Amino acid sequence: MNDIASKVLKGDARSIARLITLAENSSPESTSAMKDIHSHTGNAHVIGITGVMGSGKSTLICELTREYRKQGLEVGIIAIDPTSPFSGGALLGDRVRMMELATDDGVFIRSMGTRGMLGGLTSAVYDVVEILDASGKDIVMVETVGVGQAEVDVIKIADTTLVVLVPGLGDAIQTIKAGVMEIADIYVVNKADRSGVEQTLAEVESLVEIACINKDRKTPVLTTISKENKGIAELIDEINKHSDYLKKSNTFEAQRRKRYEAELVEIIRKRLMNFIFDESTFKGKVESLIDQISKKELDPYTAAEEILGRILK
Amino acid sequence: MERKIRVLVAKPGLDGHDRGAKIIARALRDAGMEVIYTGLHQTTEMIVETAVQEDVNVIALSLLSGAHMTLFTDVTKLLKEKKMEDVLVVGGGVIPEDDIPELKKAGVSGIFGPGTHTETIVKFIKKNVKR
Repeated sequence: MNDIASKVLKGDARSIARLITLAENSSPESTSAMKDIHSHTGNAHVIGITGVMGSGKSTLICELTREYRKQGLEVGIIAIDPTSPFSGGALLGDRVRMMELATDDGVFIRSMGTRGMLGGLTSAVYDVVEILDASGKDIVMVETVGVGQAEVDVIKIADTTLVVLVPGLGDAIQTIKAGVMEIADIYVVNKADRSGVEQTLAEVESLVEIACINKDRKTPVLTTISKENKGIAELIDEINKHSDYLKKSNTFEAQRRKRYEAELVEIIRKRLMNFIFDESTFKGKVESLIDQISKKELDPYTAAEEILGRILK
Repeated sequence: MERKIRVLVAKPGLDGHDRGAKIIARALRDAGMEVIYTGLHQTTEMIVETAVQEDVNVIALSLLSGAHMTLFTDVTKLLKEKKMEDVLVVGGGVIPEDDIPELKKAGVSGIFGPGTHTETIVKFIKKNVKR
């Protein structure tokens, strides 16, 4: 077995960190390690945490982690923030709310930029979940970027998805219901000490009523005040109940299968795009096709067919 | 293979002035780096453990309390203990000229005082990053 892979399996923090970097950079070195660790994965419960900007996702994760640590469980956290499409840089600030976890050996936190991916995640997130899982973490939490309406990719990777809301969103809930409001396994109304909490609860609950007709599980709606550690134990109970539900209703395997499908598609997409747009064999051809499209000598569909034809022949 | 420089921007000790650190964090982001910002009141252990988990290439420390001789060198010492000398350490804040040689000897490769152009820091990091 690959050296870095065997160290990851032993839970060595520096090897975990280094392998994540290699995976993020799509380095060939990471591929052989990822192949080695896959058979050691599948034990961690993956929790996706998504919600609008400023809803308190990071603080909630910090409190959940403290609670899990009291139960003796080890936790991995992936905190994603947006990469600037202009500079390629990113300011990753989720750790500010998690600093008290920084020196706990049973917690591993990694901040990641989206690096051009839409949907609220980053391309390497599948790898990072596998790495943390293989390293022995019992719980892996994935914090998405602050979402608007369409960033729903987190359900592809999470066993349990939390959608975090705050009082005072008002009619905004109506506008976001088409995307984000369809993906929750549990709704969390955080900052519940703020005014307007009753109205927000009522709106979410009425949405749930309609959405869960004819379903065997009604999506629970919980309130939390992360800063005062209120509602956290109850939230963990609900997460455990959801995990039991997945296993009893035989949806667990189906859901995991979807994750691996998404991961496979992502690996192929990345390799294919790399092959077409970055490898030297194709690069010149692609450039000249784009020139032809600009000059109206060629249409984009014919150009695409030409590129695909070269690969598929 | 796509590589990005990852920088940890941290404020050690009890100093509550984070404006400089935030400006540096933004400037490094705008230069295409991934900046992990951790906020105020970091202990040496927090800074080094975060550097491990985030696998950063650079640690940028900011301090205006006057305790840089102790706090900056504590970080470089712990890095040495953990055999992480491949992490570039730079520091900023109000640091007297006389202290600079000793800080450099202790492993703080770049010292940037008030009035430094952010471009200077970006260039320094790009040139001196060790891996």
